[in-house]
Amino acid sequence: MRILTSSVGRKILMSITGQLLILFILIHLIGNSTIFFGPNGINAYAEHLHSLPPLVWAFRLFMGAAIAVHICYGVMLTLENKAANPGAYAVKKNLKASFASENMIWTGLLVLAFIVYHLLQFTVHGTPDVVIGLDSANRPDVFRMVVTSFGNGLIALAYAFAMIMLFLHLSHGIPSFLQTMGWNNEKTIPAFGTGGKVISAVLMLAYISIPAVILAGLLKL
Amino acid sequence: MNLTLHVWRQSGPNQPGKLEQYDAKNVSPDQSFLEMLDEVNEQLIKEGKDPIVFDHDCREGICGMCSQVINGVPHGGQERTTVCQLHMRNFSDGDTIYIEPWRALAFPVIRDLIVDRSGLEKIMQAGGYTSCHTGGVADGNAILVPKVDADYAMDAAECIGCGACVAACPNGSAMLYTSAKVAQLAALPQGKAEAAQRVCAMTDAMQEAGFGNCSNHYECQAACPKGINVKFIARLNREYQKALFK
Repeated sequence: MRILTSSVGRKILMSITGQLLILFILIHLIGNSTIFFGPNGINAYAEHLHSLPPLVWAFRLFMGAAIAVHICYGVMLTLENKAANPGAYAVKKNLKASFASENMIWTGLLVLAFIVYHLLQFTVHGTPDVVIGLDSANRPDVFRMVVTSFGNGLIALAYAFAMIMLFLHLSHGIPSFLQTMGWNNEKTIPAFGTGGKVISAVLMLAYISIPAVILAGLLKL
Repeated sequence: MNLTLHVWRQSGPNQPGKLEQYDAKNVSPDQSFLEMLDEVNEQLIKEGKDPIVFDHDCREGICGMCSQVINGVPHGGQERTTVCQLHMRNFSDGDTIYIEPWRALAFPVIRDLIVDRSGLEKIMQAGGYTSCHTGGVADGNAILVPKVDADYAMDAAECIGCGACVAACPNGSAMLYTSAKVAQLAALPQGKAEAAQRVCAMTDAMQEAGFGNCSNHYECQAACPKGINVKFIARLNREYQKALFK
């Protein structure tokens, strides 16, 4: 299979799995925003989401596979690229490469670490801060769980930091996936560069707004 | 003006190299960068020392031979200019200038500032051509090429194959070079027939020659003395996807 081994083929796989992950980030944000409607919003959403376990597990496996492919090729290509450039310049000045584009592997791995922590916390309920219980309608009380955890400034800060890493990753990732798919020309290249940064910033601010609003006391139990 | 140069000296492949300091005295602002090095070399020869070895040929900015990283930028950082066309008026009296060879795994140093760029030739040999039957001269304009396609192909064909894209790339990738050749031929009716085979063969050859993978830093376009646009890499990616289904 050419696509699995070639330089451009693997890049296309990185791009497609990246696009799936961006789609997930969008859907997850829309789902999370139900928290602004209070317990009735997010608790009803969570219950509805989990009402079909086979679908939940199919989705989890699919996303897990996309992440695995994205990470495996990301690490592999980074190692190959490091080897191809011995980095032996005494003086090297970048004209175009940015902090975000040069640190994709590190921002990516930090986002991965965050995903592990996030799942451990709110999916597995394995961290000490997590409060589990049922609400008045006998649904799992996701609202209480999230508001209690984000009430801890350190946890909220960790989430904000992770979202900044996600912003850096996507600000290069979004224009990059468009280029890799070939959906680009001379006019769109600068536009997608700017657009990618704007969309990444909007996503970051939207995600950070949840712990921020809770910490500010605007969403209370 | 007087300048301090730090030049990479390496006696041969696989030999240890190091930066050595030289003084360039009474440099005229009207001299080209290579002429300045010529004068430094004359002085070195007078002193009984080995002159600095560097690649050059046409000195008109079209052959792609000159290949020096000056102060961290391939060809010295003046937009769309090769080293031979870079003039000393861009520098000031008392400047310190670092001069290094192209650095990439696929470009081993032969001596001082000369690197082995045969990796680029291997990519070219893998598919940078159109197969044709020999015979009588074809009628002029027998194959019609729309003006926009001809212009596009000419923009890609501006690549002089110097390798600055590889030297600038944080991944040591030759994707801009490869894409310019792929796009140039894919845009023309004569090249379309072998487009799928070509893009696969050339990108495979790039990988085999030890060049890295493109991760869209676009450092290549910024360093290219001919301003080859990264839109050709997008074109290569499209051609590659089409080839996957053939």
